[in-house]
Amino acid sequence: MNKPLRRIAIFCGLLVLTLLLRDNWLQYVKADTLRTDPKNRRVTIARYSTPRGDIIVDGNPITGSTASSSSGLNDLKYKRTYKNGAMWAPVTGYASQAFGANQLESLEDGILTGNDDRLFFRNTLDMVTGKQKQGGNVVTTLNAAAQKAAYNGLKSQGGKGAVVALDPSTGKILALASYPSYDPSVFAGNSNTDAAAWKKLQKKYDPNDPMLNRALRETYPPGSTFKVVTAAAALQNGLYTSADQATDSPLPYIMKGTTTELKNEGNIPCKNATMRVALRVSCNTVFGKIGSDLGNDKMLAEAKKFGFDSEQFTPVRSSASVFSDDMNDSQTALSSIGQYNTAATPLQMAMVASAVANDGKLMKPYMIDKLQSSGVDTISQTDPEEMSQPLSSSNAQILQSMMETVVKDGTGKNAQINGVTVGGKTGTAQHGVENSENPYAWFISYAKLPDGSKPVAVAVVIEDDQANRDDISGGGLAAPIAKSVMEAVINSKK
Amino acid sequence: MSSSTNTSTHHTSTIGAIGAPSRRNTELALLVFAVVIPVFAYANVGLAIDDKVPAGLLSYGLGLGLMAGVAHLAVRKFAPYADPLLLPLATLLNGLGLVVIWRLDQSKLLQSIKQAGTAAPRQLLYTAMGIALFIVVLIFLKDHRVLQRYTYISMVGALFLLLLPLVPGLGANIYGAKIWISVAGFSIQPGEFAKIVLAIFFAGYLMVKRDALALASRRFIGLYLPRGRDLGPILVVWFISILILVFETDLGTSLLFFGMFVIMLYVATERTSWIVFGLLMSGAGAVGVASFEPHVQQRVQAWLDPMKEYTLSQQGVAGHSEQSMQALWAFGSGGTLGTGLGQGHSDLIRFAANSDFVLATFGEELGLAGIMALLLIYGLIVERGVRTSLAARDPFGKLLAVGLSGAFALQVFVVAGGVMGLIPLTGMTMPFLAYGGSSVIANWALIGILIRISDTARRPAPAPAATPDAEMTQVVRPS
Repeated sequence: MNKPLRRIAIFCGLLVLTLLLRDNWLQYVKADTLRTDPKNRRVTIARYSTPRGDIIVDGNPITGSTASSSSGLNDLKYKRTYKNGAMWAPVTGYASQAFGANQLESLEDGILTGNDDRLFFRNTLDMVTGKQKQGGNVVTTLNAAAQKAAYNGLKSQGGKGAVVALDPSTGKILALASYPSYDPSVFAGNSNTDAAAWKKLQKKYDPNDPMLNRALRETYPPGSTFKVVTAAAALQNGLYTSADQATDSPLPYIMKGTTTELKNEGNIPCKNATMRVALRVSCNTVFGKIGSDLGNDKMLAEAKKFGFDSEQFTPVRSSASVFSDDMNDSQTALSSIGQYNTAATPLQMAMVASAVANDGKLMKPYMIDKLQSSGVDTISQTDPEEMSQPLSSSNAQILQSMMETVVKDGTGKNAQINGVTVGGKTGTAQHGVENSENPYAWFISYAKLPDGSKPVAVAVVIEDDQANRDDISGGGLAAPIAKSVMEAVINSKK
Repeated sequence: MSSSTNTSTHHTSTIGAIGAPSRRNTELALLVFAVVIPVFAYANVGLAIDDKVPAGLLSYGLGLGLMAGVAHLAVRKFAPYADPLLLPLATLLNGLGLVVIWRLDQSKLLQSIKQAGTAAPRQLLYTAMGIALFIVVLIFLKDHRVLQRYTYISMVGALFLLLLPLVPGLGANIYGAKIWISVAGFSIQPGEFAKIVLAIFFAGYLMVKRDALALASRRFIGLYLPRGRDLGPILVVWFISILILVFETDLGTSLLFFGMFVIMLYVATERTSWIVFGLLMSGAGAVGVASFEPHVQQRVQAWLDPMKEYTLSQQGVAGHSEQSMQALWAFGSGGTLGTGLGQGHSDLIRFAANSDFVLATFGEELGLAGIMALLLIYGLIVERGVRTSLAARDPFGKLLAVGLSGAFALQVFVVAGGVMGLIPLTGMTMPFLAYGGSSVIANWALIGILIRISDTARRPAPAPAATPDAEMTQVVRPS
């Protein structure tokens, strides 16, 4: 019997060996994957086990941490708080004990909780000196005054909308507002009250969808503001070389390949108008024909240089704006005046204004200036980065003078600021079947100071309840908000 | 082996009784470690959770030490030649199990769902009962061969125990498996005891039938095929295993019994063909039952895709268990060295965190290093058991020892493999580590029987009756 017994001994040894191998697989090879799995409750426990680091604007934290109620079974020690949460929600996102985190709170979770490898040295030091582990801070590029102006402007307007302001020379995001918004502190905990507040904010229960970050995640038909892109394409492709050269624009204009007439809003002087005049009065016929003359490929190439058709990572992801690549001439004509399939995020249109203002160079938009450890040492700093050059410097200046005319004498008069040169473009985009839904009022602009610097470019979009379908509404509703945001930035520079 | 030396000046020595060292002092030294290690672990848990040495440290240490001491004295008195490793290893596992059970008692989450709170004192009581039974076995089972007389009674007893959970009003369905009975507020798992009783039956039966099973066979493609009528017993055991699986929906127990039988059959007959048959039949049985039994299917699903079961349970879909995924997270979060005792979050496993899933707490808090150590301890117990079987002089003792050790090994494999996601989960618990009276008591009895067999095996052969005319054998040593 001893021979089979020895084999059984080996068999039992193999059983144990199999278990040892499996355990090594589980606790060594797969350990990190399992440990950092977002569904692993320990990740949440760790996230709230120490006071969370802060998100900082202009040197002041816009977030905080408070001890959670220790009643019952709460295994999470600290809870996130927000100052003026609704205003900053498009920037911060939320960090909720019950509902996870998103946007900056999620992307920089490692820094904020203090678990990031880059904080290893500091954590080790804290451990040795017996200090509690602390999260690092995220310092943003935002400008509190501009954000306030943007949010309050949207709020007093009352409709849904969004504002994005950029620093054209660096790509720093100065304002990022969305309305209606939500206060992330109302569901930061994990009580029933938090759950009820969360539920109430979901699109299912609130048709205004306050949790949608309209500045980054919603695309709107850009309407006439897109004519800036079309004008840039005309200049860059040499179709026209000056703002004051008469264009080849018949009126009425029948779109190529169709019998459909492309109409202007109202009776405006668009026949063979110069691009300056066409932009000032917002001629659909002139820019529609330019798009059609250039063709889908050239329009697409220019739109892509401005950032269309790709997601932007600020590092919070923005949706990709759309300019289609398979259109015939009439569709291209419509797209070139911001209709048909064309759709843009507010961030995208701010990038358009910013590239023009920055003499043709598009800087990559970003909102994290630097990451700091709890001891305020800088861990990483974001450097401005050129994304593309949609316009030559000279063509950019031509386009600037055209946009400045729009504000000086055209549809954008509401954005004028004393002592500052403002360039802009209004837009009203119709949408819905048979244009049945409320149109969107757009305004994009930049401000040029007397010393020639251009500290801010803005895009504002408002869903226009009062429904003025002509081009004035962009100037009437959106331009004043753009103006106050630009003023806020200029004043904060002083 | 040593030999007593003749007092004469010649270079000759005389072999009298073969004097094997009893190794009792080795056992005692090891036992000291087996008690001290859990005491330190206990202090560690207290310091980690409350920043103070737990109040019960002294009584716990004394209690464990006292029980180990009494068990040791019993071994010294009643089984002086027993294997010196078995008792310390079992004591160490039992002590560590108590520490972790106490640690989980401190979890507010588990207290709130009545999964823990007062488990440790009860487990201490069960341990005392287990060690008492261990001593009773040593005292009353003077020779394991006595058990051979009860072969068929054992069969009846085992079947009775196995069927108990199916008795209406007595059986309790806990988390889908019907392997418990409820008596006077206590949940008892008869399967744990049936394991031992069945091993006795198999050993007795196979010892008698092994020649018939081994020799009367036809050779076919290199395999010895058993005769049809000899297939009878294996078919019966297979059928009973399947019945357990179907009616008690417990894959583990079923696998355990069948595996134990195949191991013993192989050892008894030395025929590899039995293993082939055994594997084929258990494979067919498992697949067959899994194809229509929803509880088994769900366990298999949870094994194949634990994340999906977790997600479903989070969405409140009834009947889906999140435990598998929680256990994997616990292991993964422990990593190589673990979080340290008392500092993990294995209470997230919730149901059965201190019984079926107790290994996950060890995994999280002691890490890969701790689990490897535990698995090696289990491996050592099993190999000492098989070693006992090798050393045993009678076929019944050999078969019983290998059956019990094999069952122990299979149980460790099935439970640890289940918790670690290697195989589907079953309703069994880690011997000695997990909370549960039946398991602790039955496994102490198992160790008691192994110690009895090893004592008989290692005991010096009785000195031949001194016949006056027979001279002592003289061994001449070349100088």
